[in-house]
Amino acid sequence: MNDLLNNFFDWQLIRQVLPDLLTYGLRNTLVLAVSSALLGSVIGMMLAIMGLSHRRWLRLPARVYTDVFRGLPAALTILIVGEGVFSAQISWLASPYPVAVLAMSLMAGAYIGEIFRSGIQSVEKGQGEACRALGLTHGQALRLVVVPQGVRRVLPAMVNQFIGIIKDSSLVYFLGLVTTQRELFRIGQDDAVTAGNLSPLLATGLCYLLLTVPLTHLVNYIDRRLREGSRPVVTAEEPSPVEPKEALA
Amino acid sequence: MTTPDLAVPPGSQQYEGASLEARDIRMRFGPVEVLRGADLAAQAGEVVCIVGPSGSGKSTLLRCLNGLETRTSGDVLLGGEDTSAMDINLLRQRIGMVFQHFNLFPHKTALQNITLALCNVKKIPKDRAAGIALQRLRDVGLADRAGHRPTQLSGGQQQRVAIARALAMEPQVMLFDEVTSALDPELVKGVLRLMADLARGGMTMIVVTHEMGFARQVADRVVFMDAGVVVESGPPEQIFDAPRSPRLKKFLSQVL
Repeated sequence: MNDLLNNFFDWQLIRQVLPDLLTYGLRNTLVLAVSSALLGSVIGMMLAIMGLSHRRWLRLPARVYTDVFRGLPAALTILIVGEGVFSAQISWLASPYPVAVLAMSLMAGAYIGEIFRSGIQSVEKGQGEACRALGLTHGQALRLVVVPQGVRRVLPAMVNQFIGIIKDSSLVYFLGLVTTQRELFRIGQDDAVTAGNLSPLLATGLCYLLLTVPLTHLVNYIDRRLREGSRPVVTAEEPSPVEPKEALA
Repeated sequence: MTTPDLAVPPGSQQYEGASLEARDIRMRFGPVEVLRGADLAAQAGEVVCIVGPSGSGKSTLLRCLNGLETRTSGDVLLGGEDTSAMDINLLRQRIGMVFQHFNLFPHKTALQNITLALCNVKKIPKDRAAGIALQRLRDVGLADRAGHRPTQLSGGQQQRVAIARALAMEPQVMLFDEVTSALDPELVKGVLRLMADLARGGMTMIVVTHEMGFARQVADRVVFMDAGVVVESGPPEQIFDAPRSPRLKKFLSQVL
């Protein structure tokens, strides 16, 4: 029993691994996750717009892309993209980081594309019609009215997606990382193997929870805000004169 | 009659309405022929009300006029000019439209709802657009609501903002698609009064409505539609007091 406890809660080992985890481990994980989320959102927005197009030749590639990158295991994609890029020997892509971000963005883009698409589709048809009736082009209507509303509605789903990306970033160690390139998982794993004890991994788990649990609560908060935001906040009877400048901001 | 929602300022504004004519409009949704050769004509400054049972094609005809629905055949003439060769977005700047469910942009304030098209379609600089928007809000009695979002406004106020939004583009014709149907009864009057002001100001208006009282008082001509065609049209007195076709008689007996 004591052995079992020691295997998980060796405070000495935990204290040893924490500095690495909290300094560059946390930073590296965040760098990977944030860049992948940003690039993935760009890919996702393109896929969503293509997927909603009236033109088949735009819809079809978006569909195929989404099916492929959503249908493959993350580990497989990271390995295939990683080794593929390495074998191409492009100099600025020789480090595991850009390659990992590329692989994760490609995957995240497929999911985010579907999230954006559902959000944009949930915007009432009348919004686009009101734009068109005012003389805005289809593109302007999307950009100025439909997409901003759609994106707002899927913010909770986007935060969930970001949590998924944080967790997937643990697979980057496949690509081979030198010491200071290691992210949370790899640091914990290395120490666990060296010590023959699981405590460093437990510490790693806590670091992930440090990131993901607040985000989960952020989702719930945004969700609540969005739902309550649909109710009037200021009653219509309340006079509140607003300067035109202010109202434009 | 002194509730705030009815206190619309007198319609001093003058508008440059143009004539609008629709000839033999046909339109089909798959196998269903929604419009089977409908005609409509409004002289400059005239108010034409379209009435009829639901499903008769009133709204579809209206939406064919600014291209929100694509007609299968038929001509639409604006100011005597064939519109089929016109750029659709330029045409829509000349034809304003107001919807049953307002369709205000919920993520924008009342003022921004109006400036959006001014800035992006007419390319008017932001501060000048804000000035125009505020003036239009004043016209509909809502200058003090400029900074409110649609959810913070009553249905009647939202619809008046929607009318101000359409008017800000300085259209020559205004289309109204059952604009009071989604309103609480006590808010209907304010919107109708505003529309009557527009009519007095010389705006050409095509109004699909269930408000027979409005049609009788404000319309220059009433058009009765059923099953995709115009069955009978004429001045309101003729339509309401001396209907000729059995279908119109039956319709009036149901709604009046």
